[in-house]
Amino acid sequence: MLKFVVRRVLWTIPIILLVIFMTFWMMREIKGSPFRKSERAVPAAVLANLNRKFGLDKPWYVQYGKYVKDVATLDLGPSLVLRNQDVNDIVKEHFPVSAQLGGLAMLLAILVGIPIGIISALRANKLTDYIAMLFANLGFAIPSFLVATLLIYEFAAQLRWFPTNGWDTASSKVLPVIALSLGPMTYFARIVRGQMLETLQQDYVRTAKAKGLRWKRVVVVHVLRNSLIPAVTAAGPLLGFLVTGSFIIENIFAIPGIGRYYVISVSGRDYSTVMGITVLLAILVIVANMIVDILYGFLDPRTRDART
Amino acid sequence: MALLEVDDLRTYFTSRRGDVKAVDGISLAVERGKTLGIVGESGCGKSVTALSIMGLLAPNARVVSGSVRFEGRDLTELSDRELEDIRGRQIAMIFQDPMTSLNPTLTIGLQLTETMRRHLDMSRDEARKRAIELLEEVHIPNARARLDDYPHRYSGGMRQRVMIAMALSCSPKLLIADEPTTALDVTVQAGILDLLEELRDEHEMSMIIITHDMGVVAESADDIAVMYAGQIVEQTNAEELFDHPEHPYTEALLGALPQVEDENVRQGRLTAIPGRPPDLVDLPDACRFAPRCPYASRNDSCTAKMPELRELRPGHLVRTAHPASERQGAPVPAAAP
Repeated sequence: MLKFVVRRVLWTIPIILLVIFMTFWMMREIKGSPFRKSERAVPAAVLANLNRKFGLDKPWYVQYGKYVKDVATLDLGPSLVLRNQDVNDIVKEHFPVSAQLGGLAMLLAILVGIPIGIISALRANKLTDYIAMLFANLGFAIPSFLVATLLIYEFAAQLRWFPTNGWDTASSKVLPVIALSLGPMTYFARIVRGQMLETLQQDYVRTAKAKGLRWKRVVVVHVLRNSLIPAVTAAGPLLGFLVTGSFIIENIFAIPGIGRYYVISVSGRDYSTVMGITVLLAILVIVANMIVDILYGFLDPRTRDART
Repeated sequence: MALLEVDDLRTYFTSRRGDVKAVDGISLAVERGKTLGIVGESGCGKSVTALSIMGLLAPNARVVSGSVRFEGRDLTELSDRELEDIRGRQIAMIFQDPMTSLNPTLTIGLQLTETMRRHLDMSRDEARKRAIELLEEVHIPNARARLDDYPHRYSGGMRQRVMIAMALSCSPKLLIADEPTTALDVTVQAGILDLLEELRDEHEMSMIIITHDMGVVAESADDIAVMYAGQIVEQTNAEELFDHPEHPYTEALLGALPQVEDENVRQGRLTAIPGRPPDLVDLPDACRFAPRCPYASRNDSCTAKMPELRELRPGHLVRTAHPASERQGAPVPAAAP
């Protein structure tokens, strides 16, 4: 098991290098420049100076090498667009907000979505199931910006229960967390229901019933555990993406999260900010997947053997 | 009174085309300490019979009529909770495929002990101790160490032994074995059958062995019921059935059995039964075996009307218009009775 974890950690290094390289290459391929704005031409001398200052005049492999070295020392470099700001500062200031938003949304999605899936499966093709699945399909189909807008209209503008925007008070966090969690929540409900229905058909569930176990124990001990595996698989990458911020939700609720910076920095060709956030996202997804793999070992002993 | 008495049991499945009459009026009795073999090809209703007795039918199946009396109580009338108390405790069951019948995510020990803890009011330690004894009883080597293994570390034959240990853990009065050896290697099959027989005698239980293989029941059954298309077509004790089979279908099943001892048969081919069983949704009024029967001819009464299950000799029931002992010569069709 320890050997497996060490191997997984070591494997993340080439993956992160590849992510940096791909992002680096794609950002350069979009062309444009962080310093050229459409309204007013920047004098050639100034441009050359700026390029020299940020090392953009060097060949790409030199730039890439320096960047990788800096990342290794946890320095994401200066922002090319926001004057006198380091990417580290941007991340430090705005990432915790996104992480909290994403983490709370994930928690809500799990706490509500999985029970909905379980109840639907146990009441398959009955009224409860139909209502739950109608909710799940709607939640999955309606885009989050529409959900957010409806929530603001109803609960902030009409009923005035919550503020329309911001991220400073507890009550201001309710609506964005709900809006962001609805998609993953319904996704969990659907996969848990599907897997439960399949597990209920398994021979070993019939064996458990033939042993005379109480129905509750059959469900909790024999069905549930095997039904959660796909949900765990999905949870890893989902958590990575939720935590790195949702541009749409952050924008609608005017939340100072990292998602907004991500989008702004791409259109502004703020190479170092884009790279920094991408690397952060990659590391988060990789770590989340690693946790999933380790959880797998607990849920399914067969994978534990396959590794050694 | 027999331990288990099934009377005129009918179990139907709901389907879009209409009711599938999987079990259509069968009556059986299992005496204490005896083994009943139920034989028939796939889809004849033998497994559905077992699941009806256990109350483990799929949601789209239902017992339409008839009764299943176990020690005098009609199991079809019991509530789910009452049935749960009987399952595993009084009547245990083992299934065809040991590879999928154990939960892959739980240890063998947990799956063994949970049955005992459910029914016998045992502590964790007592149950574990008993589980080790049970594994030894079914000849699992190094039982103590293997208790905490997961099923994927056991071979198919060993898993079936675990299933048997699990079924026996609460000393049930009746064990239903549904194709217990079908999914196993031929070399392992005999061992499992010997084990079942040995344990039946030790635990003084009754057994129902369900199989498509005449060879399996030949060794272990006291009485045999042959099923075809949801009905019993022949029923008697094992010796009588093998020595004097009466129903053409039983004869055909016996003809399909490889006989290594017999020089002539070994050189020849196995006899196959031509045709297929009838559609269980749209059953004919006639004898269900008639289309495949070598003795039925077009103007026979059995091609128009279903023959009754009649007692040809004391203790020998048969449902055919052309039992072997009433045929003149063979295999020429006999005159209608």
